[in-house]
Amino acid sequence: MDALHQRKDALSWGRAHHFTHHIAQPAFADELPTILKERGARPVLARGLGRSYGDSGLNADNVLIDMRALDHVRGFNPDTGVLDAEAGVTLKDILELCAQYEGRWFLPVTPGTKFVTLGGAIANDVHGKNHHGAGCFGNHVLSLRLMRSDGTVLTCSPDENTALFRATVGGMGLTGLILSARIALKSVPGLWVENEDIRYDTLDEFYALTNDSLEGWEYTVAWIDCLARGQATGRGIFSRSRHIASSRPAPPIRDPRIALPVNLPNIALNKITMAAFNALYIRRARRKPTRKAVPFDGAFYPLDAIGQFNRLYGRRGFYQYQCVIPTRVERDATRALLSEISQAGVGSFLAVLKTFGDKLSPGLMSFPMPGTTLALDFANAGASTLALLSRLDAITRAAGGRIYAAKDGRVSAADFQAGYPQWTDFARLIDPGFSSSFWRRVGAGAAA
Amino acid sequence: MNMVIFGATSAIAQAVARLYAKKGARFFLVARNDERLAIVAADLRARGAAQVETANADLADLSLHANLVARAQSALGALDRVLVAHGTLTNQRAAETGADVMAQEIGVNFLSAASLLTHVANVMELQRAGSIAVIGSVAGDRGRQSNYVYGSAKAGLGVFVQGLRHRMSRHGVNVTLVKPGFVDTPMTAGLAKAGPLWATPAKVAADIKAAMEGGAAILYTPWFWRWIMLIIRSVPDAVFRRTRL
Repeated sequence: MDALHQRKDALSWGRAHHFTHHIAQPAFADELPTILKERGARPVLARGLGRSYGDSGLNADNVLIDMRALDHVRGFNPDTGVLDAEAGVTLKDILELCAQYEGRWFLPVTPGTKFVTLGGAIANDVHGKNHHGAGCFGNHVLSLRLMRSDGTVLTCSPDENTALFRATVGGMGLTGLILSARIALKSVPGLWVENEDIRYDTLDEFYALTNDSLEGWEYTVAWIDCLARGQATGRGIFSRSRHIASSRPAPPIRDPRIALPVNLPNIALNKITMAAFNALYIRRARRKPTRKAVPFDGAFYPLDAIGQFNRLYGRRGFYQYQCVIPTRVERDATRALLSEISQAGVGSFLAVLKTFGDKLSPGLMSFPMPGTTLALDFANAGASTLALLSRLDAITRAAGGRIYAAKDGRVSAADFQAGYPQWTDFARLIDPGFSSSFWRRVGAGAAA
Repeated sequence: MNMVIFGATSAIAQAVARLYAKKGARFFLVARNDERLAIVAADLRARGAAQVETANADLADLSLHANLVARAQSALGALDRVLVAHGTLTNQRAAETGADVMAQEIGVNFLSAASLLTHVANVMELQRAGSIAVIGSVAGDRGRQSNYVYGSAKAGLGVFVQGLRHRMSRHGVNVTLVKPGFVDTPMTAGLAKAGPLWATPAKVAADIKAAMEGGAAILYTPWFWRWIMLIIRSVPDAVFRRTRL
């Protein structure tokens, strides 16, 4: 029976790339060797929940293996918090398991959505609002099982097949199929979090709030008004939170309450609606912090409440830009990025600023470095959007920073390679049977 | 709560089982592949199941059924919830050219389920409690050129389940016929899945659990398939014959 099906419906979260793929959707891992044989000469890439924004999760005209049904928990030890699960298990599944065990355990690191797979979290070495204390997801991976294109399965860990482990964490799926992984959950007092939102007016205040919060608060992040200019550049709402013990029952873990069933018309998001939104939104928070206890779901995953919110950006989709600027030049370069964006007047209301700590990930190609990361969406308006993003790339590159592959769908090979000089070491560890549209664009063979 | 699942390694069955595992249920799982059964059993244990027993059986072999139901009883005691989820998605072309393929498909999709249900019903009738769900299909609502062999087996199963429900209602046992629409599972890997008609196994499973607990007669899942199939059943023959549905 044919395991591969030619389909055009696999999109990334940004919905700006439309490719044809040969898709396999195995029910159990025992089907994978057959799929790897049937691929012929076409390279393979694993697909999870499709939350990467650009083309790092796509593999145009080649093979995608939909890993979502390989979502079995292999074992969980409630005494040690060690979870062994297949790659298709979602972070939402893991959170439900945490709730099952009285909320004593929690994800050691979580991105801004719980709708990602374990395999995707490792392949992108995702980070969260607790990077300053916890590092990346890869810092908490004890071991993983990797299937290479010849069908062999290798166990990789910080002590075994070390080079391949380091290449696979943050390796964008290019070193083979992550079959399963053992991760260490973190011990927490409960599933409620104490949260403070603080309105601030300048970029310097953002850094002051950050420095004040790193000790006592596990999670910090800021929403910024990317249209603010001059003195107000970088103003926004600083949020910080930490786990607390609570006698209240475990909070529910929600699926989206509403969903956008269709793409919104392109006119819905423009400079005027966005400026109005930002002006109203910033008034949600006071200058004096207000402290409240909230369920973790709303605090960590506010956008999960709206299904398919990516359709907000219309039929042409959108790009997300996320870069990191090293500490040494973070204030000036961040200000330069924000000025460039506010002058263009085309950012979105989903703009996020956060500092990374100095905990190193084992991942060879991991994105974070000590410094400041900026992330925001841009509706795809074609050439003008790409030109703006290239200007941002120039600022990032000059500052010694780099962009995040999981968010990217257009960076030049030269800018990518400048940010990741270790890419040549990584290229040697890639499985020859694996590739992605992203890698063909920025890796070996791409014009640098 | 004790639950028996026939066809326990299917995507929808696994999703339903996880919902009951979360509540600490005990399971007796039947499927054809030991390795896969072991994977599903470990998964359910980690997700909260109090006990998981498995049995490897080809359910197309009706002679095994009495023994399987007896083993489920001895493993669990009372059978509180039974999910009949096994079946094959028929290759329509093969079933048109070969009557033996046709008979085999009707066998596994209708006869096998009806046989199991007969054994299960006789146990549950004496228990005077419990709930049974049987996975049917919207394909059973109207014969179509693209899948009428599969559809006719599911249609026959639908009437069987309807009658069984009638019989069992006097004994306090619920019987629900489930008709899933498009579900994004490995079984439907060949179809483009963009669009609002597609549902996840988790969504369908939540509907199935609610129907098993609430006692619905027929569950279309997601709900809008009731109206889609009403329209498809209502299309006059003269028009229907010109479609390629």
